[in-house]
Amino acid sequence: MNFNDQDMKLLHAITDLDMIPAGAINIRRDGEAVIRVSSPNIKVYPKEDKPGLNVEVKPGTKNETVHVPVLVTKAGFHDKVYNTFIVGEDADVTIIAGCGIHNDSHSDSGHDGIHEIIVKKGARMRYVEKHYGEGKGRGKRLLNPTTVIRVESGAYAELEMIQIEGVDDTFRSTVAHVADKANLKVIERLLTHGEQSAVSEIDAYIEGQDGSAQILSRSVAKDKSSQVFKAGLIGKTECLGHVECDSIIMGNAVIKATPQLVAEDARAVLTHEAAIGKIAGEQLIKLMSLGLTEQQAVDTIIDGFLR
Amino acid sequence: MLRLENVSLAMNHESGENKDILNNINIKFEPGKLYAVTGPNGGGKSSIAKVIMGIYKHTKGNIYFNDEEISQLNVTERAQRGIAYAFQQPPRFKGLRITDILKTAQPNMDSIGLRRHLRDVGLCPEDYLDRDMGPGLSGGEIKRIEIAQVLAREAKISIFDEPEAGVDLWTIQRLMGIIVNKYKQNQDSTAIIITHNERALPLCDEIIVIEDGAVKASGTPTEIWPLIKEEIECKKRLECRGEFGYEF
Ligand SMILES: Nc1ncnc2c1ncn2[C@@H]1O[C@H](COP(=O)(O)OP(=O)(O)OP(=O)(O)O)[C@@H](O)[C@H]1O
Ligand SMILES: [Mg+2]
Repeated sequence: MNFNDQDMKLLHAITDLDMIPAGAINIRRDGEAVIRVSSPNIKVYPKEDKPGLNVEVKPGTKNETVHVPVLVTKAGFHDKVYNTFIVGEDADVTIIAGCGIHNDSHSDSGHDGIHEIIVKKGARMRYVEKHYGEGKGRGKRLLNPTTVIRVESGAYAELEMIQIEGVDDTFRSTVAHVADKANLKVIERLLTHGEQSAVSEIDAYIEGQDGSAQILSRSVAKDKSSQVFKAGLIGKTECLGHVECDSIIMGNAVIKATPQLVAEDARAVLTHEAAIGKIAGEQLIKLMSLGLTEQQAVDTIIDGFLR
Repeated sequence: MLRLENVSLAMNHESGENKDILNNINIKFEPGKLYAVTGPNGGGKSSIAKVIMGIYKHTKGNIYFNDEEISQLNVTERAQRGIAYAFQQPPRFKGLRITDILKTAQPNMDSIGLRRHLRDVGLCPEDYLDRDMGPGLSGGEIKRIEIAQVLAREAKISIFDEPEAGVDLWTIQRLMGIIVNKYKQNQDSTAIIITHNERALPLCDEIIVIEDGAVKASGTPTEIWPLIKEEIECKKRLECRGEFGYEF
């Protein structure tokens, strides 16, 4: 393994790891797997027909974590990858994904991740995907994840998608299918600044009786950045769904938030809340009266909001 | 310790006209004493606190804090000099935990201190330290955390704006005990309590009555009591008849 400090720094930014953990793992750097290890319960192997991975979690596997981070460090490199995750019946696992891009050059680099996730009957899965970009060049750092997730009968899936820093352009598309008594929770945290732009579209189809879905988005848009957030809940039967988009807007940023509810059954209960606003003056003054400068107060409020 | 000299405040009203909110206020706050500021709604009590904290910029007069003229200092600088203010209506913060806000108030505080200040305001630390400062807290809880922040700051001047509002009787009595212990006869600090509470008033060294943006009277509780007794008793009778709503 030939990991340098910069790789470790990127890895830490997206996974909080300071060293390569035990257990199932795949680290992809500039289009190649640098580390690939399966565990007795979690099989990690490459796809045959296209770039990407299959990750298979054996039924009944409990409390295991699999790491599948991606690093892009080569200037001008654009990676495209197809991953499939299958979480077996009654398993309970955490998947740590995410992508870190370092680009000091003047040409764009990026990563398109196309993910398919199947959470089988009665299983529980938490999927954490953190995006991070850094580098001094004018070259853009681009990230375009596409995720299709199926949550089978009685299963629980939580998708946590976080983009806090340094990604210039992102188009994220998430489509979920939720079966009977299954439960989906999508948590999104997004910060854009400078001239960055982010688009996120989420559609959750609640297809089974007593299924439920929650989409919770919090974002902060600073400077001249722009964000478009579209979250749709489609209730096809007796089900529960809730969308919440909450944004702080600063500077000359633009935010467009569109929660959409589609009920195709009279027993579907779908709700939404959306709010966009600047940081309240009262909040700033309160923190300043505790001794913080105005800038420190702004940072404290944003850090808390995006936690 | 703190001196307001001929302080006036005018502000733009919604109608666009300039409205006088404070007129020629002269008050001297001495170290080691506990002050009560009272008077009718809209009289200007909170405005005085905000002018001291630097939230409102007074339009005339001078404010001296330990002999330094602080009129030009902003809120942060005044906080750093040792002025603290517990808001009448504290804001909420989505995502910040109670621990975070208390540590902001007092960065040097260890977990024993954090816990003590929560207990002081009648909140069980185990239940509250990790709770979110967002809409999930009740009005009374937010209010108590606000008071805990100011207690934790250990400031030279601590102003509590209607600490009793929305807080249950048991807690307010206990809190008054803590404030009396902490500030009375402590030569390094002064506390100012803006209050309508007839139990809190007699515990203070001096009562200042503010009405129509001016000091209507000031003196010891024995001197002031006859002046405000009627108002308080009238309020009590109305409360009994259910004609007096709660104040928020
Ligand atoms: N930001 C503001 N803009 C305009 N008018 C204000 C502002 N703040 C206070 N006032 C006015 O100043 C007057 C005094 O208000 P203040 O909040 O100081 O009263 P108070 O004595 O604290 O009343 P209460 O007992 O209801 O808390 C009121 O008439 C109020 O409407
Ligand atoms: Mg007031």
